[in-house]
Amino acid sequence: MAATAGTRSSGLSRVEKRNLLMGLAFISPWLIGFLVFNLYPLISSFYYSLTRYDLIQAPVYIGLGNYTFTFTQDPNFWNVVYNTAFYVIFSVPLSIAAAFLIANLLNTRIIGRSIFRGIIYIPSIVPAVCTAMVWLLLLNIQYGAVNGMLQAIHLKAIPFLSSMSLSKPSLVMIAAWACGGTVVIFLASLQDVSRTLYEAATMDGANAWQRFVAVTLPMCSPVILFNLIIGFINSFQEFTLPWLLTAGGPAASSELYSLHLYRTAFQNLRMGTASALAWLLFVVIVIFTVILFRSSGRWVYYGGER
Amino acid sequence: MTATAKAAPETNFITAARKTKTTHVITEILKYAILIVLSASFFFPLFYMFVSAIKNDAQVYTVPPILFPNPAFWQNFYDAWTKTFNFNQMTINSVFRYCLPVTLATVIVCTVVAYGFSRIKWIGRDIFFYICMGTMMMPWQVTMVPLFIVYRTLHWTNSYLPLVVPSFFGVPYFIFLLRQFMMTIPEELSDAARIDGASELGILYRIILPLMTPALTVVALFRWLGAWNDYLGPLIYLNRADLYPLALGVNQLRVAQTSTGNQANTFPYLMAVSTIIALPILLLFFFAQRTFIEGISLTGIKG
Repeated sequence: MAATAGTRSSGLSRVEKRNLLMGLAFISPWLIGFLVFNLYPLISSFYYSLTRYDLIQAPVYIGLGNYTFTFTQDPNFWNVVYNTAFYVIFSVPLSIAAAFLIANLLNTRIIGRSIFRGIIYIPSIVPAVCTAMVWLLLLNIQYGAVNGMLQAIHLKAIPFLSSMSLSKPSLVMIAAWACGGTVVIFLASLQDVSRTLYEAATMDGANAWQRFVAVTLPMCSPVILFNLIIGFINSFQEFTLPWLLTAGGPAASSELYSLHLYRTAFQNLRMGTASALAWLLFVVIVIFTVILFRSSGRWVYYGGER
Repeated sequence: MTATAKAAPETNFITAARKTKTTHVITEILKYAILIVLSASFFFPLFYMFVSAIKNDAQVYTVPPILFPNPAFWQNFYDAWTKTFNFNQMTINSVFRYCLPVTLATVIVCTVVAYGFSRIKWIGRDIFFYICMGTMMMPWQVTMVPLFIVYRTLHWTNSYLPLVVPSFFGVPYFIFLLRQFMMTIPEELSDAARIDGASELGILYRIILPLMTPALTVVALFRWLGAWNDYLGPLIYLNRADLYPLALGVNQLRVAQTSTGNQANTFPYLMAVSTIIALPILLLFFFAQRTFIEGISLTGIKG
């Protein structure tokens, strides 16, 4: 083995060796960063997840104690899992579907496309704090503008953020309001779809809906997959908006996973339990991503290129 | 099958548009109606943020909502900014302690790293690149606790170091973006320079960099935006008010105004500060709209 490895490495030509060293030199900042800011914390958080640690006394090894605590004793855990599942399952597909439909609308022949596109894009780059503040005002039960308008047309006020059943849907809605980034990505990919495909489909007698299903969807499916994956990864980790809008309330009905994790770490100072929670989340995200990639063979169309 | 075949000549979109002119007009009207309602609902919250900033309490709490306050209290912008918290200091924190260093570091380091991932062919490059992309899957929560403990032992908490230093080691998302862009530059350019004896750094600096302006602008814009909008990072590492960036300052104002019962002008002040903070981003968007749109499209290319 050693011999073959030896011949192989000496089998590298001078240019190959030089390129290898050069390549490693150029990526070395990231490589160091990866070791320090990714790999070390990843491993050490797994170690912390097996300990009891409150930042004051040294970590004490307790085996799988944090995991059994989380699954069996943590009074909030299953509620938080439910909330997060609800948020992720509704928020991501809804945002993606909305973004895709809006992008299709913008891709038709319209006057002032860049203005419409700009208006729809802007909410996605406004600071989350500003988003939170303005929606707090808009959705307020007493004097919020949305309820004000409902009352103006003699409808009952809706407790968007202050009822247990509506807090999560409201968060989903506000997340969808910021789907403009995805709209722009979809729009770009729609504009890449070859006109000849549509012309051919029209020749074959396909109507607008059939063209959408048979040409637009398959041609955009790689981009849809990409955005689904990014969307799922991000919404599993959503923190700022729920933290500011509802702080997990009322009655923990919008306490998402990352809020619970943050509280466990920095309010209850249970660093071990928080690490266990983080690892569980990581595993779920990886499984989710792998499933999405695996399923992609069935519904994602990769053109001739690859 | 036969039905679609029969309908074929009719649904040709050129003839269809001419044939039933009324249907065409109706779909056009419908299309614009949907677009206008849609963009109105996307635009309204920000519009309402602005108009609420120039209201007084009575106007804010009026139902149905006032859309054009009269009289308008423009004074709110000044009062909210200067008479509540030290927002000038927070602006300095946001710009000079956070956005600027992070943006500079990201642009420089990610360019170098992306070069290594795209313009040099070396054994193992793809494996390292996949690892780099894989780290984007890692939730921040996984690294949060150990990094917090490290920064705490280094006495870096209550400073901007934990927020700034990681950017000096590259940000995978932007590495990916720049790499994608560099891949589109013809390899012949580098080869010609190599034959002339140019070093890799020389090629990066003299040949690649001049072609990268659009991509680098995108990275700079998005990185600045990311730091400007960041709430979680400062929340974890900063707990001294004089260190707060603007994002934390806004919420500090809300907490201060509502913790002891509603103070005067709570919402107008909050909206005024929010407007001032969102404004640079809106202006940036209007002046660099093309760059934004191209950049965000660039991120979505990969399937």
